[in-house]
Amino acid sequence: MRPWRRAERGLGSGRPGGSGFRGVRREEERRRGVFTRRALLLGAGQLGLFGFLGSRLYRLQSEEGDRYATLAEENRVSARLIPPPRGRILDRNGQVVAGNQLNWRALLVAEQTQDVGATLETFSRIVPLTEQERARIERDVRRRRRFVPVAVREFLSWEDMARIEVNAPDLPGILIDVGTTRLYPEREHLAHLVGYVAPPAERDMDGDPLLELPGIRVGRAGIERHHDLLLRGRAGAVQLEVNAVGRVIRELDRREGVPGQDVQISVDAGLQKALRGRIEEGTSVVVMDARNGEVLAMAAQPSFDPNVFNAGVSGAQWRQWTANRATPLINKATNGLYAPGSTFKMIVGLAGLEARVVTPGDRVFCPGHLDLGDTRFHCWQRHGHGSLDMRGAIKLSCDVYFYEVAKRTGIDRIAAMANRFGLGVELDIELPGTKKGLVPTRAWRQAQGKPWNLGDTVVHGIGQGFYQLTPLQLATMAARLATGRAVQPHLTRMVGGRPGRGTRPEDWPSLGIAERDLKLMREGMWAVVNEPGGTALGSRLPAALGVMAGKTGSVQVRRVSREQRERGFKAESQPREWRPHALFVAFAPYENPLYAVSVVVEHGLSGSGAAAPLARDAMVEVFNRLRPSPGQRVAEAGR
Amino acid sequence: MSATYERRLLARDRGFGLLQKLWLIPWSFVLLLCAIAAVGYVALYSAGGGSAEPYAAKHALRFGFGLVLMLSIAMVDIRFVARLAWLGYGVGIALLVLVLLHGNVGKGAQRWIEIGPLQLQPSELMKIMLVLGLAAWFQRASWERMGNLLFLIPPALMVLLPVGLILRQPNLGTALIAGMVGAAVFFAAGARWWKFVLAAGAVAVAAPIAYDHLHDYQRARITTFLDPESDPLGAGYNIIQSKIALGSGGLWGKGFLQGTQGHLNFLPEKQTDFIFTMIAEEFGLAGALTVLGLLSLVLAFCFGVALRCRHQFGRLIAVGLGTNFFLYVFVNVAMVTGSIPVGGVPLPLISHGGSAMLTTMLGFGLLLSVHVHRDAEFGPVRD
Repeated sequence: MRPWRRAERGLGSGRPGGSGFRGVRREEERRRGVFTRRALLLGAGQLGLFGFLGSRLYRLQSEEGDRYATLAEENRVSARLIPPPRGRILDRNGQVVAGNQLNWRALLVAEQTQDVGATLETFSRIVPLTEQERARIERDVRRRRRFVPVAVREFLSWEDMARIEVNAPDLPGILIDVGTTRLYPEREHLAHLVGYVAPPAERDMDGDPLLELPGIRVGRAGIERHHDLLLRGRAGAVQLEVNAVGRVIRELDRREGVPGQDVQISVDAGLQKALRGRIEEGTSVVVMDARNGEVLAMAAQPSFDPNVFNAGVSGAQWRQWTANRATPLINKATNGLYAPGSTFKMIVGLAGLEARVVTPGDRVFCPGHLDLGDTRFHCWQRHGHGSLDMRGAIKLSCDVYFYEVAKRTGIDRIAAMANRFGLGVELDIELPGTKKGLVPTRAWRQAQGKPWNLGDTVVHGIGQGFYQLTPLQLATMAARLATGRAVQPHLTRMVGGRPGRGTRPEDWPSLGIAERDLKLMREGMWAVVNEPGGTALGSRLPAALGVMAGKTGSVQVRRVSREQRERGFKAESQPREWRPHALFVAFAPYENPLYAVSVVVEHGLSGSGAAAPLARDAMVEVFNRLRPSPGQRVAEAGR
Repeated sequence: MSATYERRLLARDRGFGLLQKLWLIPWSFVLLLCAIAAVGYVALYSAGGGSAEPYAAKHALRFGFGLVLMLSIAMVDIRFVARLAWLGYGVGIALLVLVLLHGNVGKGAQRWIEIGPLQLQPSELMKIMLVLGLAAWFQRASWERMGNLLFLIPPALMVLLPVGLILRQPNLGTALIAGMVGAAVFFAAGARWWKFVLAAGAVAVAAPIAYDHLHDYQRARITTFLDPESDPLGAGYNIIQSKIALGSGGLWGKGFLQGTQGHLNFLPEKQTDFIFTMIAEEFGLAGALTVLGLLSLVLAFCFGVALRCRHQFGRLIAVGLGTNFFLYVFVNVAMVTGSIPVGGVPLPLISHGGSAMLTTMLGFGLLLSVHVHRDAEFGPVRD
């Protein structure tokens, strides 16, 4: 046994003695006992708290794991839409009349900046923003999801772009990208037909996510609006993996969108331009393919430049447009309302013939006026036309003859016939907002609480009175007279490479009018232009081109009093806005009609003087431009 | 009589060679530390985006250095440590004062001073020195003496002085931990129960008053803790993102280097405060519990050392350092799981950071020294 073995028993005590070996040892053991208990307590408590952490982890990772997995996925995956290019609009020769051009723009992604206001503040120190722009941007940011970029400024110049790029570190959330914007190369020439695009308004939000994208435009008028969905296409989408600051790490999935489809319209841009170059304010010219209703040109003055709408229309510009009494934004060819005047006489004649109240050979004597009770209705020819049959009455545009026919036929039958020719009914054309016009009936007048008098019928027999018709309706009437089919005017020729409706004449139903009657009307119209004494003899076509048939019309815009008439009323001596409108409807060639034309010249005095020459010029232009190919001619010749 | 036992007694009797001391070192514990550090290496490798740079390699280097430091300190006689304890405490306080006057402030919180290439946070060092100082004060106190209020006033001031200095930095989290470490030593040394009840009551009364004097960011942490969803992109962002990353890890995790939240930077400070989240996302509940288990073993070892030590000084050091370690781990893991307000406390042995590694290994060195010298003779107990 070694000495230190004894010491082993006295553990903890240093040296024996002092305050007493046994006392010291007892003290040490007591304190060690306390320590052991308390240390075990502390240790157990601490391990217990580790256990709590374990249970906490279990709850997060096992029980709620799925929920957090979803959140993690949402965290890292960001969906972005890819805007499809808007479809182009082409004219019948394939010329682009509405295309896309590059547009450099600054966008703001709200989720990539801590403070949208601060970013915009910095931005406007580089590229000034107006209060309105700020308000618009902040509204867009609120309205859209936070990862959807909002347009801050479009059509950036190179200098602005360079300044933004240089300051990029101070502009969190701002990115520059290139988008497209609409370009209308023909400017005001086709504005009424093609229409224009503008940023979508609240009411346009139809759930298409595409409309949330910055710089997206929707069609507001014309073809752009009618075919908006086709032109717009469908948005594609990319699923991107993004990190915490929104930086794209990689592309997870890509779904290609559907690009907007090209729309080809039947208008010939060159023809349209040529016609518009020839007409003055307040004039409309409509040229249709009589066989299938394709609108070849629809020229109206004045017009507007649709490119202006791209960048947003300024208040000043808008006021200028709306203050202009000539209403440049409104297409007079589809929305201008006129009485048809003598161009309506064929309808009256057809109604009379169909009602068998008159035969082609029936003659009526014109002394220059018709007396009905104590009212005298004058013919435009003060001295009278003498005895006339229907062909002669159309050729000379005798009023008395048609007073008489109308009196016999009755207004309701005339109105029904007018409706069959597209007058006073809604035409199926792709121009939103097109006017329906008005063809009065007995019932219509009675609904106004007024009686219909026989005198009213007489006046309406020569196309005066309550009629409100558009130049497009008159052109449609001319086309239906020429073909006897219920062709509808339309603009769509091809959509996405597929032909539009009704390209062949057989696609259109017959009007159900006796061919004999129609032929008589066409003969009368031929005589108007081609027979000595006809009212538009001066406007016949050059022999090489073909033969045109037509009908003149002049519409009083003010009543001519008896006193004036007796003093020798001269319309041309009136102030311009009191002068009568000049109208002309025509088709050509006479034997095998291809084209129908209507011309309305506001305050143009007389149909033969102002409207017919324009119609002739239009026909010459059409023939020169759209000369049928030799094969087509042969086919038509053989018919 | 086993041979080991004889060697221990021999060592106590003076024939205490370095080799013999090395023999007494519990190598299984050293192995445990290496395993935890390896987990840290793996996690930091992932946090570096699948690369040893910039975190993992440094971590390994620091751990290696720390290992040498730890083993060196383990060789130092614990009685020598006891003699230096007061000096250490004084140096700790001096550094705290120095850092208040000349330190660098980062993130509005931790203060550090630079010693060559090393960034030292005196508040971390202070916690160890506080444990040493308290242990030195209590080493010979008898049970009766622990009941004497006057005897407890100086050590209470020893705790309050550094806590106050750390609060001034201002670093609420570390100050609280230092206070709790001190309380644990008091408790283990035998201070009466009712005194703790009284102190807790005093804290409860003082807390609302203290809240008024907190910095805005500190208040934000507390309010965000109460309702983290209230400001998802502000102060609550970290907690929410951490929970998302943890939760989405599921049972078995997304796989090494496959954690999306960490790699896509949704997780803030993933190499330091949120390293545990990183592990839990990539290795799931299984991985997280394994790490927690390894850390629990370290804690158990600390208390094991305390229970087997034959002198009060060593026992108190072991309990104090063990509690310090526990608080580190608990605050960190509780923070990343959204159980307590964000505190900016790293996870020992795993988080990236030189200063934390240094102080952790210093603490373990002292613990091992206690273990190696557990039979050392101290003076008799005094009343």
